[in-house]
Order: sequence, then C-alpha cells, then structure tokens
Amino acid sequence: MKYESQKIALAYMGVALGLFLIQVVMGLVIGWIYVSPNFLSELLPFNIGRMLHTNALVVWLITGFFGAAYFLVPEEAEREIHSVKLAYLQLIIMVVGTLGAVITYTFNLFEGNILLGKEGREFLEQPLWVKAGIVVAALMFLYNVTMTVLKGRKTAITNILLLGLWGLALLFLFAFYNPSNLALDKQYWWYVVHLWVEGVWELIMASILAYLMLKLTGVDREVVEKWLYVIVAAALFSGILGTGHHYYWIGTPAYWQWIGSIFSSLEIIPFFAMMAFAFVMVWKGRRDHPNKAALLWSLGCATLAFFGAGVWGFLHTLHGVNYYTHGTQITAAHGHLAFFGAYVSLNLAIMSYAMPIMRGRDPYNQVLNMASFWLMAGGMTFMTFTLTFAGTVQTHMQRVLGDGFMDVQEQLWVFYVMRFGSGVAVVLGAALFIYALAMPRREVIAAGAPAE
Amino acid sequence: MREVMTKSMARNIFYGGSLFFIIIFLGLSAQSHLYIRNVSTNEATLTDSVKKGKRIWEEKACINCHTLMGEGAYFAPELVNVMTRWGIDPEDHTGAMESLKAWMDAMPTGIEGRRQMPQFNLSDEEYQNLADFLLWADTIDAQDWPPNDAG
Ligand code: HEM
Ligand SMILES: [Fe+2]
Repeated sequence: MKYESQKIALAYMGVALGLFLIQVVMGLVIGWIYVSPNFLSELLPFNIGRMLHTNALVVWLITGFFGAAYFLVPEEAEREIHSVKLAYLQLIIMVVGTLGAVITYTFNLFEGNILLGKEGREFLEQPLWVKAGIVVAALMFLYNVTMTVLKGRKTAITNILLLGLWGLALLFLFAFYNPSNLALDKQYWWYVVHLWVEGVWELIMASILAYLMLKLTGVDREVVEKWLYVIVAAALFSGILGTGHHYYWIGTPAYWQWIGSIFSSLEIIPFFAMMAFAFVMVWKGRRDHPNKAALLWSLGCATLAFFGAGVWGFLHTLHGVNYYTHGTQITAAHGHLAFFGAYVSLNLAIMSYAMPIMRGRDPYNQVLNMASFWLMAGGMTFMTFTLTFAGTVQTHMQRVLGDGFMDVQEQLWVFYVMRFGSGVAVVLGAALFIYALAMPRREVIAAGAPAE
Repeated sequence: MREVMTKSMARNIFYGGSLFFIIIFLGLSAQSHLYIRNVSTNEATLTDSVKKGKRIWEEKACINCHTLMGEGAYFAPELVNVMTRWGIDPEDHTGAMESLKAWMDAMPTGIEGRRQMPQFNLSDEEYQNLADFLLWADTIDAQDWPPNDAG
C-alpha cells in the first residue's frame, strides 16, 4: 500500500461484505418461501423479505464502489485522499441510513409517514430521510474524491470512474420524483434503474476492471486506457437509447419498440468487449501476478457479465419476445445473473485484490477464495438455468395458453426447489469468501514447486 | 487497434458520441412525457381517490409480491388487469371496491402449501381508493399488453 489513506477502503469493504451476507441470507429465506409458502408468512411476509434482499444488494454494491474508489484513486492520482475524516463520516451516514431502512422495513414502522415511512416503489422503498442521507453521503464522496483527483494526476481510469459515480448520484435524484400518473412514474423510475445498471455503472465496472488489468497483467497503460474509452463509448451509445426496452408496455409511444429493440440489442457489445479485453490483457500480459484469486474473479466477472447481462439480456429484449416474457421468471433469471456477473463479481474482484494489500497479508489465502468463486459462480449459473426453465414454461402456459397465474406457479414448484439448492451453494460460497479474506493467517495449501 | 485509433481519438468519440445520444434521448423523453399526459393516459379521470390509492399501493409495498404492468416481483399475479379478469365493468367503482374488499378481507387464507397474502386492515375508504387506482391503471393504453386476461 503506497498511500496511508487507501486504508479507508478497508472499512467500506467490511461494511459491504456484512450487507452482502444479509442480502444472500434474505435471498435464501424468500427462496424457501417459494418452496414452502407458509414459512414465516405472518412474521416476515414475502414482500418485506424481498425488499431487504434487493435493497441490501444495491447498498452493498454502492458501498463497495465507494471503497474501490478510495482504494484506487490515491494510487492513480498519486496523492492522499483529500479528507480522511470526511470519508469516515460519509460511511457513518451510510451505515445509519441502512440500519434505519432495515429496521423500518422489518418492523413496518411509521407506515404512511411522509418523512419516516417507507416509500414503496420497487428498489426505491427507502424512507425519504434515508434517501436524503444517501444524497448527502454521495455529495461528500464526490467532493472528497474529485478534490483528490483535481489536485493530482489525471488518468483515464479516474476520469471514467468519477464520471460513473457522478452519474450514479445525479440519476438517483429521479428517485425523489414520484408523479401520481403511474405511466409517468414508470418512465422516470427507469431513469434510475436502467440508466444505472446499463449506463453509468458500466463506466464504474469498466474502469475498475481496467485498473485490475493494469495491476495484474502489467500491460501498458496506453493500451488499457484506449480499450477503456472504446468500451465505455459502446456502453453509452447502446445503453442510453436501450432504455427503450422498458418503454414497450407502460403507456409510452410505440416507436420505442423499434428504438428499444435495436439499441438494446447492441448492448451486448460493451459486455463482449469487456470480456475480450480481460482475456486479451491476460494473454498479452508480461506479469505473473501472485494474486490468482483476484485474477479469477476479474475474468469471472467479465465472462459472467457477458452471459448474464449480454446474452440473457438479449434473450428477452426484442419487443416481439418481450411481449410474452415481460415480468416472468425469465426476467428474474436475467436479473440474477446480470447483477451477480457484472457487479457482485466486480466488487469481489477488487476486494480480493485490495484486502490482502491493506491488511499487509501476502501471501493471502487464495485457495479458499478461489473455491468460493466456484461455489458462487456455479450456484448462480445453476440458479439462472432453473429460473430460465421455469420462465419458459410460465411464458408458454400463462402468456400463450392463458392459464391462471397461481395454477401455473404450482407447476413450477420443482424448479423452485432446485433454485433453493443453488441458493444454498451461493450462501456457503459467500461465507467462505468472507472467511478467506478475514481469517486465515496463511495459505491452507503450501505453494509447492510447480509440477514438472 | 494501435494503428487505427489513438487514445485521444477514442476519448473524443466517447465524449462527443455520448453527448449526442443524451440529447436524442432527452428529446424523445420529452415527447414521451407529453404523449403519456395527452394520449395514452386520461388525466381527467386521475381523481384524488386514484392518487390516494397509489399511495396505499406504495405504503403496503404491494409491488414486492405483485407485478403491475409487468414490473415488480413475480411472486403473485399481475394486477393491472385484475378488474378485467374479475369481469368488473370499468365504470363500476362500487363493484370494484366490493370485490377487492371481499378478496383482501379473506387474506391470509392460511391454506397449507398456498402462497399467503398479508392482512392489511384497510378501511372502506381505502379499499375504494385502491380499487379506483387499479381501475385507472387498467385504462392506460399499453400497446395491447398483457397478451390475455391471465396477465
Ligand atoms: C449488468 C447489467 C444488467 C443488470 C444488472 C440488469 C438487471 C435487470 C433487472 C434487475 C431487471 C428487472 C427489473 C424489474 O424489476 O422490473 C432487468 C430487466 C430487463 N433487462 Fe436487464 N440488466 C442488465 C443488462 C441488460 C442488458 C445488456 C439487456 C439487453 C441486452 C437487458 C435487458 C433487460 C430487459 C429487456 C428487461 C425487462 C424484462 C421484462 O420485460 O420483464 N438487461 N434487468
Ligand atoms: Fe434495461
């Protein structure tokens, strides 16, 4: 670790991992409700559990992004973070807001209260005061990191990363706009949801991957940064108008069926480019970096993002297909692998790289970490298949034949059982990952002489 | 790629192109906004009761079990066309309220092995608001989605 203030990232990543665990455990609970519907039905109804599952996901991913930024910006800018105190204050605000939201959801407090009650649009359920706290925390972060970069060396990596994080904060402001006209509400709701994951978050993803490739493979910065600009250009050129794939059936004009289908089909390009980039860099790289776990997560991230977002996104993005699959288990299959491949794996990759450095722990326990990769990646892939099969059957029975929703769901039970099994693997993988980063003091398997 | 394009070219294409697409997107967004307000939805029938109904829909987090126009959770049935599915006449606000009340008052069923919906303890007025909201949502012109009454 070259700069003292990089250590801020340790606290951020720790908090992120704690929320990660909450997220996957809640996922397991609601996955079990699908199998055995009377489970906890009075204590913790499905909708509350799902809010905890999705909100914990989004918050921990963002906390992880902030941590990643605090770790890599000093190295890129070649100076300490502008204000370390402000960075910790920001984290405290985020933790208080998160706990506030969790308690409000779980115990259903202040229902109906404008300031304190939950707001109840999907993913944007946070009470108003928590949303305000998120904005304050984001402003503190942007001020802190922008000041650091302005005074230091400017690289393409920090440029794109900051652009992505500024975009993330600005788009979140649409969460405060909730028109009473449902169609308008939906139009702008997607400004947050789609323009995040298929817009500005891709900038964050590409820049963090670029940083990891730079460190792990030792390829020339010039080459990495040129790729980076090409990738993010492809991401925004396709992703912005690609928003149209959510404007097919919500009261928006029919022309979105064409614009959405064409541009969102192109969204596969940036994800393919990121995968190609990662593999080409590793292939060309001169450096044999000892942190194999970080490399595995980086390559896994690029690959699973390509399949989850790129391939599974394309699967249902043409309006002729989406007319039938819209809002079925197909959507759920895609949502899971896209989030895991792109953003969960990205966070776990940068954590695998940064945590051992911050804790002064080389060598680190990478065998267990790599095992956790295969558990989680295998579990998520299997889950995606089970949900895709369920979604295919559902689409046919419900949307083509017109059978009732509840009757169709009964037919899908066996898929939900298998999905629960894959969820168990993911939770075990997550716990193993955290253990591998936090606990063992030395490698479980001694690095012997290479075979032959 | 080294020969074809320099880093600064790539950067300029990124910034210029993104700006171009943002401007087009904002233009189409503005047009869509007006289209929703004037063509695909009827704001004359967007009464106070409908607005209150939307608030109730949000406060109870219905969206985290049900879909509404295909968006939400996939645990419980689509609700944008629930009044059509129940055969309620679009003008029949009282009938819509009574059907909804009868349904929601019977929850949770407690039937073993069946997905459970919580009891929300709504007043008659709140049932009316919620029913009006669902009736209104059903009037949005959504390009013929959903494909059938099953939603
Ligand atoms: C990492 C990037 C991505 C993430 C995290 C992601 C995540 C999601 C999630 C969570 C939803 C469900 C939203 C809801 O609750 O209604 C969704 C919907 C959708 N996504 Fe993605 N997505 C990504 C990329 C893509 C790409 C690249 C495409 C197209 C090529 C795509 C196509 C779609 C479509 C068409 C829907 C709507 C499905 C429906 O009609 O029900 N996504 N996505
Ligand atoms: Fe999207």
